[in-house]
Amino acid sequence: MSQTIDRPAAGAVEPAARGTETDKSRSERRLGWLLAGPAFGVMLLVTAYPILQALWYSLFDYRLTDPSNRSFTGLTNYGVILTDAVWWNAIFVTLLITVITVAVELVLGFALALVMLQALKAIRPVLRIVILIPYAVITVVSAFAWQFAFDLESGFVNSWFNWIPGITENTAWFGDFGSALFVICLAEIWKTTPFISLLLLAGLAQVPDVLQEAARVDGASWWQRMTRVTIPNMKAAIMVAVLFRSLDAFRVFDSIFVMTGGAQGTETVSFLVYRQTISRLEIGLGSATSVLLFITVVILCVGFIKLFRVDLSQARGGN
Amino acid sequence: MSTREKTLWIIAGILIIIYALFPIAWIISLSLKSSADISNGQFLPTALSWENYRSILVGDASELFLPALRNSFGICLIATAISSVLAMFAAYAIARIDFRGKKIILSTALAVAIFPVIAIATPLYNLWREVGLYDTWPGLILPYLSLTLPISIWTLSAFFREIPWEMEQAAQVDGATPWQAFRKVIVPLAAPGVFTTAIIAFFLAWNDFVYGITLTSTEASRPVPAALGLFSGASQFESPTGPIAAAALIVTIPVVVLVLIFQRRIVAGLTNGAVKG
Repeated sequence: MSQTIDRPAAGAVEPAARGTETDKSRSERRLGWLLAGPAFGVMLLVTAYPILQALWYSLFDYRLTDPSNRSFTGLTNYGVILTDAVWWNAIFVTLLITVITVAVELVLGFALALVMLQALKAIRPVLRIVILIPYAVITVVSAFAWQFAFDLESGFVNSWFNWIPGITENTAWFGDFGSALFVICLAEIWKTTPFISLLLLAGLAQVPDVLQEAARVDGASWWQRMTRVTIPNMKAAIMVAVLFRSLDAFRVFDSIFVMTGGAQGTETVSFLVYRQTISRLEIGLGSATSVLLFITVVILCVGFIKLFRVDLSQARGGN
Repeated sequence: MSTREKTLWIIAGILIIIYALFPIAWIISLSLKSSADISNGQFLPTALSWENYRSILVGDASELFLPALRNSFGICLIATAISSVLAMFAAYAIARIDFRGKKIILSTALAVAIFPVIAIATPLYNLWREVGLYDTWPGLILPYLSLTLPISIWTLSAFFREIPWEMEQAAQVDGATPWQAFRKVIVPLAAPGVFTTAIIAFFLAWNDFVYGITLTSTEASRPVPAALGLFSGASQFESPTGPIAAAALIVTIPVVVLVLIFQRRIVAGLTNGAVKG
């Protein structure tokens, strides 16, 4: 609304100032950069500079414990990492966590959004408050809560669920890859589903009621209305939610650190980078791993956006 | 709506409430168990005990926890304040001024936001050691700015686009000075957006673990999440489960209070930036 009022007003000013338009646009640009510059500068300073430095260090054999022996080795570090099973295992684990959590969160988040949209007026405000709590809880705290719940010593899960085949009083959840990954994913899903469900709820609210009503009159079942009307109409919201969450899930670190410390083969790429640099003080190798992680994320992001565009054009073609 | 449908929605609602609160209830229960009671295999404590709270507030673990709590509050509040001011200027420029470079700023913000933090944290670790920012407050405040600025700029520019700016001119036509028009008309309209953005930014900084654990080494600057993460290994007491639960609960309270007070605005802020931006 405000924009429709705003535009003509701005347009009315312009013709009067036409003679000095270049001057005006130049001074506007200067003012724009003056205002936005500091924020832009800080972001670049704290992000771009370290990455460039990492790029430089990644070309050296450089250990913090032995700084005098720093030597230029070119791309050797990259060769070392890319031929090491540790890197590929970390990529595999990270992708696995990303795919599992995002898929579950999408379904669960959609269900939560539907309930929040349609629940009775009396409980709706309560739901919208409690759903924010997992979002606001510190990731490390959530990781501890789930770890303690499944822990052999402090947990209650084994005694509550010992009727399920395979779970006994002595089930060590963090003792092997599958069950450890299960608990890690559970913690991640609990913490981040609310964010997805809020994005989806905003998308749901944008689907015109008229369409729903028309489909209902035409005798469409609930399922048909969901798959033919609601979901196609909120595709953009779903895509945004999936893109953001996937990239967020790909950097999973906190839960791994707290729950397994990378044991049982649960090391993710972020954890690998951390271990290389901070624990082993291998600046050269660690920097190369950082750069590789950076490249992987860029590839994922570009791939996703390409895929997303294809989807969009298909949707348009369908219409 | 039939009664059957009504009961179904109520049940679904109750399930959501249980989903959201269950782990919190578990942490509360755990924090009230005495060290002998921790391994009772039950959800609830056999007897209530304040032992864990004593341990982190006045006992052995307080040397680890209290400085961390002070660091977290101080660093996160300063970072939030600075980033809110910087984001406010940037978002004003993006929403109101027509200039080339707008796209560059917004896409840089997006790139920084989706970037894996650890890929920045480890090079920063090297850099901070060289320039003497390692294990200091500014050493964390700076990265927290890059953590909170992108979402602040996106959310705030979405908010600012909705403000009816022509009201400022209208007020001036009615005889207000530019400063009055700004203070009496624009500030009240913009304040909720700025405030919401600040809360979301605070959550982000408060939640950080990666920078906290890579860029600090002592009580001088280590924030709570990092201190919690290191509780288990490097502390003097035997079973850190109870104290960790008590500390976890204490740091969860401020965010829950913020959520309870500002729920509606937070939801608007989170979804505005992502959907409309």
